[in-house]
Amino acid sequence: MTTGLLLTVIILLMAAIYIFARMRAVQMVSGDVKQLHSRPTYHGSYAAIILGAPLLALMFFWQIAEPLYLNSVIRGQMPTDVQSLSDSKSGLIEGQIRSIADGLKLLNTEERTQVSIGVVDARTALAEKGVPLGSDVQRYMVSAADKYLERQDVSRNVRMAALAVAAVLAFLYLLKALGPKLRARNLVELSIRIGLITASSIAILTTVGIVMSMLSETVRFFNMVPLSNFFLGTVWDPRFANVGSDTEIGQYGLLPLLWGTILISVIALLVAVPIGLFSAIYMSEYASPRVRGTAKPLLEILAGIPTIVYGFFALVTVGPFFRDFGATVGLDVSARSALTAGMVMGIMIIPFVSSLSDDIITAVPRAMREGSLGLGATKSETIRRVVFPAALPGIVGAVLLAASRAIGETMIVVLAAGVAPNLTANPLEAVTTVTVKIVSQLTGDTEFTSPQTLVAFALGLTLFTMTLVLNIYALYIVRKYREQYE
Amino acid sequence: MSDSTLPTGGKPARRTIKEAMDSSLKARYAAEKRFQAYGIIAISLGLIFLSLLFYSIISRGYTAFEQTIIDLPVTLSTEELGRDGKVTSESIQAANYSKIVRESIVDAVGADMSNRSEVRKVLELVSREASNQVRNYALENPDKVGSTQIIPVLARGDVDSLMKGQIDRNAPEDRRQVDDQQLAWIDLLIENGSLEKRFNSFLFTEGPSSRAESSGIAVAVMGSAFMMGVVLLLALPIGVAASIYLEEFAPKNRWTDLIEVNINNLAAVPSIVYGILGLAVFINYAGLPRSSAVVGGLVLTLMTLPTIIIATRAALRAVPPSIREAALGVGASKNQAVFHHVLPLAAPGVMTGTIIGLAQALGETAPLLMIGMVAFVNDFPTSPWSPATAVPVQIFLWANSAERAFVERTSAAIIILLIFLILMNALAVFLRKRFERRW
Repeated sequence: MTTGLLLTVIILLMAAIYIFARMRAVQMVSGDVKQLHSRPTYHGSYAAIILGAPLLALMFFWQIAEPLYLNSVIRGQMPTDVQSLSDSKSGLIEGQIRSIADGLKLLNTEERTQVSIGVVDARTALAEKGVPLGSDVQRYMVSAADKYLERQDVSRNVRMAALAVAAVLAFLYLLKALGPKLRARNLVELSIRIGLITASSIAILTTVGIVMSMLSETVRFFNMVPLSNFFLGTVWDPRFANVGSDTEIGQYGLLPLLWGTILISVIALLVAVPIGLFSAIYMSEYASPRVRGTAKPLLEILAGIPTIVYGFFALVTVGPFFRDFGATVGLDVSARSALTAGMVMGIMIIPFVSSLSDDIITAVPRAMREGSLGLGATKSETIRRVVFPAALPGIVGAVLLAASRAIGETMIVVLAAGVAPNLTANPLEAVTTVTVKIVSQLTGDTEFTSPQTLVAFALGLTLFTMTLVLNIYALYIVRKYREQYE
Repeated sequence: MSDSTLPTGGKPARRTIKEAMDSSLKARYAAEKRFQAYGIIAISLGLIFLSLLFYSIISRGYTAFEQTIIDLPVTLSTEELGRDGKVTSESIQAANYSKIVRESIVDAVGADMSNRSEVRKVLELVSREASNQVRNYALENPDKVGSTQIIPVLARGDVDSLMKGQIDRNAPEDRRQVDDQQLAWIDLLIENGSLEKRFNSFLFTEGPSSRAESSGIAVAVMGSAFMMGVVLLLALPIGVAASIYLEEFAPKNRWTDLIEVNINNLAAVPSIVYGILGLAVFINYAGLPRSSAVVGGLVLTLMTLPTIIIATRAALRAVPPSIREAALGVGASKNQAVFHHVLPLAAPGVMTGTIIGLAQALGETAPLLMIGMVAFVNDFPTSPWSPATAVPVQIFLWANSAERAFVERTSAAIIILLIFLILMNALAVFLRKRFERRW
């Protein structure tokens, strides 16, 4: 049976045993459910868990272990000269053997023996069945594929037997265990608890996954390219043309990319911080509930607009506007420039600054304001001299979160910042960023062996580390600040 | 006030104090006014940017909902469509439709068939897609072969732009994409009512195409729908389960603190990093098919989870402890109290958070570029495992095309995307307003 069919059968079995155990629980006490320790539904769930858990665990185990085992079978069948080839090449041959095996399944017994003993060429026989093979089929490949299929059959049969044994054992146990005194609820609740814990550890797993996946590729990258080339290099030139040749590994200077990222982020913050901060102050201190009730959600729309829309806006509206405006005042502004990208990114992060600052300013205790107003200070003096300093740590946190947003932003810069790395302080020129280079190194057909693609993982890790530090520091400040006034 | 209570003091001195106070008060009130004005300016700037953004997109995009169509009288002659006098579906499939379209359009404008440059110019009025349209018409209506039918075909992009006023018809001929002769033909066709703008159904029924006039976002919408399905199926249960554990069961210790910091941080990790994760884990390690909706959905799930968890936890926290205590008091277990009482009461908040998370995922582009969804996908995805593309990615691909007609389509796709997002957010607001309970 195929894996999908087996899974369906297991789920059906679980449903059946659920209904059976539930009915049996009612029957055992002849309808008087008060005598049961657990309600009948728990009996049903208990039975389903006792039956399903081992079966699903076995399926899971096979799903992981079988490919590993079959891989070793294929490897064992390869001649020694093939085994000693590089990883990527022997990987290709493995794939080839696998597709031959898939194709062999489509042949009938007669055709298969013909292919196995070599009377008929495997490639032509399989092509007739609609299985195209890339390169010529060697003799050992066919025998390896045969062996692969044979072992796969064995593995499937063992799996079937194991599942059947487990199911019978579970059923026998259930027959004995089901009774009015059975503490079914306890096990069911424990399983639910385990499920909940698993779900919440996915957050941890994601972080671990992010770090591990990037770390391993980054290590491979630094095996090919020296650390100083990446971290201290001022030239970005990965030389796509010479992929594969060992003499030309290219230059992977991080600095121009990092500079572009920082330049654009600074421009974005110069736009977003004053606007966001003053909006927050006005909305929390001056605005009537009606104005606040309309202006706040309207500004927050800015945060809900997809970044690709901002990118397009920058590309077709803001960029040409700055270029034409520059031309009229005699400045040479390129259509894609740090200014355009930074400006539009700034618009995007206005609500990040304003919403969080608004919350933080509102959280400053009333007593502090009233004390200042009572001494005769005007409202703006109170805000500037009392409320703002008190809220400053939280506001810094909000700005840092906005900065981390700006550093990691991709689509705006991909469309509006340019692709040429440029170590310049002039915001009117095109620059490029870390995220743009990640996109350009990883899109399209990629092979994960060349430094040209692996560098994207090193860039990704750099980006992740930068934003991680900013986020954790900012979240720490905001949290500390909240505690202060709670 | 204070100076009246002073026992002594020369008149001039008193006046200076009062004057000094007055003038400083004036300055302080002016500062107050200025400060308020800064606030108003800041909010107005934000709102101006917002309206500029919408104006820029809508003014560029609304024209794409109309498309210039030419009602072309086409003679589907048996000689052309049949082979050896017999008309079969194969022979209809194989007929030379560019020739048929050429003859029909030359006929329709009354041009000279023997003048090759004139024929070429006439042909520039209709889209290259026209021959496919005629073929499809013939395949669907084989009984019409042998008669002359009026078949609506697409006009070329330049004609479309002219009809929409994007090409100035008064410009000098050498600076206009449509020359005087073609303009005269177009006017002729408009006059006899066979060339006009109609609702652009292609935008909603077709996939991407290299020809602007026949490309649409239907394939991308399908891909996005599959991904949203995957996200909803995975992110909602996992997110709710995680929040329930963290909010209701978890002991306060280092481990749960770590999870907490982690989730807050994950909410702020750049989306492109999730794309790299998806590439490394789901494609390279787990071997799932590149550029498929399932991989996109998984990546977006991981990205949406923190949003859903944060919203769900807030909703659970808003349920007052008395509910739990009452349930526990009548003998419910902790699980029963949470699942039977707390969770249903928190459901509106959970739904709101989920919808907002989905809206965020729907507009995300960068991680999808990493997992190969930029490939040109022209076929409707049939399952989550088949190659797909998404609406924001389609927008990205069109944004990089230089043609005027593609700018229009990009904006139209953005308008459609924004309408979806606005509807989703409106639904979230509605749910919150309708079902939220204040305790």
